[in-house]
Amino acid sequence: MPRRREAVVPEFEPRSDALLEVQELRKWFPVTGGVFGRQVGNVKAVDGVNFFIRPGETLGLVGESGCGKTTTGRVILRLIEPTEGRVYFEGRNVFDLNREEMRRLRRQMQIIFQDPYSSLNPRMTVGDIVGEALEIHGVARGREKGNRVQDLLEVVGLNPQHARRYPHEFSGGQRQRIGVARALALNPKLIICDEPVSALDVSIQSQILNLLEDLQSEFKLTYLFIAHNLSVVKHISDRVGVMYLGQVVELCQSDELFANPLHPYTEALMSAIPLPDPEYRQERIILEGDVPSPMHPPMGCHFHTRCRYVMPICREVEPAFIDVGEEHFAACHLRKTRQKQ
Amino acid sequence: MSNWRRFRRNQRAVAGGLLVLMFVVIAVLAPLLTPYDPVRSNLPRRLEAPGREHVFGTDSLGRDMLSRILEGARISLTIGILAVALSVFIGVVFGALAGYYGKLLDSAIMRFVDLLLAFPTLYLYITLVALVGPNIGVLILIMGGLGWMGVARIVRAEVLKLRTQDYVEAARALGSGDRRIIFRHILPNALAPVIVATTLGIPGMILGESALSFLGLGVMPPYMSWGSLVNDGLPFFRRAWWLPVFPGMAIFLCVLAFNFLGDGLRDALDPRLKS
Repeated sequence: MPRRREAVVPEFEPRSDALLEVQELRKWFPVTGGVFGRQVGNVKAVDGVNFFIRPGETLGLVGESGCGKTTTGRVILRLIEPTEGRVYFEGRNVFDLNREEMRRLRRQMQIIFQDPYSSLNPRMTVGDIVGEALEIHGVARGREKGNRVQDLLEVVGLNPQHARRYPHEFSGGQRQRIGVARALALNPKLIICDEPVSALDVSIQSQILNLLEDLQSEFKLTYLFIAHNLSVVKHISDRVGVMYLGQVVELCQSDELFANPLHPYTEALMSAIPLPDPEYRQERIILEGDVPSPMHPPMGCHFHTRCRYVMPICREVEPAFIDVGEEHFAACHLRKTRQKQ
Repeated sequence: MSNWRRFRRNQRAVAGGLLVLMFVVIAVLAPLLTPYDPVRSNLPRRLEAPGREHVFGTDSLGRDMLSRILEGARISLTIGILAVALSVFIGVVFGALAGYYGKLLDSAIMRFVDLLLAFPTLYLYITLVALVGPNIGVLILIMGGLGWMGVARIVRAEVLKLRTQDYVEAARALGSGDRRIIFRHILPNALAPVIVATTLGIPGMILGESALSFLGLGVMPPYMSWGSLVNDGLPFFRRAWWLPVFPGMAIFLCVLAFNFLGDGLRDALDPRLKS
């Protein structure tokens, strides 16, 4: 039975006010099995993702492990080739670019990784790591490169003299700063932060978050901030997108999302945020069961197997991701009855 | 460096390393160290037992065995080192290609490796040498050309592992091409097991060369290697035991030294490889 969709999503023109726009993005990883390695299915890691980011803004992308946040980030950068969909950067579809155009575009978008240990080449000095981009794109060489590297290290709060050291001589927080300096080297417009603080001590987390905020205002950066910690996302994001099983189910202003969640999954997530008030008794919404396998996502709404408001229509028809007013997007059949008062 | 400290604490490895160093010095300085001309015969004094003048005795033509063994070290070590260098080069190239590009190329290369490994190497050497004719250059080419499969497998496994590291993704996000990623980001980090494989490969090559020379398919006079010395001396074993025994001891010691050194390097550089 073909999957029914509430509304066919047409191929929109990219929004003129967005730096980055993702439309109907899909990444299915083939699963092979058997003696002859035939394809037996797909892991639908990203299964129809839509969102946009305006210049200078921070868009938080939250969701539990395995919901496709990281894959989305990697596909946008074409570190992984997409199965389907469009990613517009400044109005141009990134997937239409040839090798050389893509190489040039890489100056505009960069990435910061989660693990500050595996993201730095242990055999290269900090100077070579941070300066590599300058070399690749022929921006600076020799002494000029060295000067630029020292500036970058200073900008991220490291001692410029440390350019000659190796990554293992630094702590986790310092290493993450090196990763930030590397991403900044080419003056990008967009930085995809893939859980940049999840691997750090809590005391270091706020330092890195503050650094990212300072850099944003200094260099007019735009962030796609991927995370699973809602408090962190609330702190840093202008707008937030919530992902579940390969799809963005809700997207709106950060304050609005925390005050008035429309999607039942967002509601459940919100109720899980611990509050620093021992007197306050909040109703916890406990989701039943596990996330379904991304190889066989449920028919209709992906969330219907765990939704406490589930209706017959949810099992059959996939809800469209639409604006319910003031750029509050949600993909839920309930939204008409639950629109904010 | 902690690697160096770990290596130094391992006495066996240090002993092996010193012995290897000694053999290398001998091979390099052989012409200065030999007490007699290793190829000049002195028939009146043939098959002389080890004594004061000829420490390791003389052979059937009265040539000084000590001088011949020292001279043989040059050929044996040269063949061992060059053959391993060739095999490591081929192995790194094929292993990196297979591991990095994967898919069809990987399958093709690795099945070819399986095919080569399925042949008993010695018979393959013998066949090829018999076809082309014995000659030191040919020997190196054949042994190097047939000895790279292990290195290829090791390098492929390392590349497969390293290729998905975040710093490789980061390099790609910065716009690095494949060549830069392979040579700057992947291979330098795959070096430790390659160094170990190289050190452990040399004794194998020395033994292989000895076996071929022993069978009369390796080094031909006037050149001499330890294997050919054993071969030359064997017919006289009953009358002059020292002819095959001393070069045999040299092979034994040298192989042992390289193995100790290789084991020590492995433990120091890559503790995970320990079996």
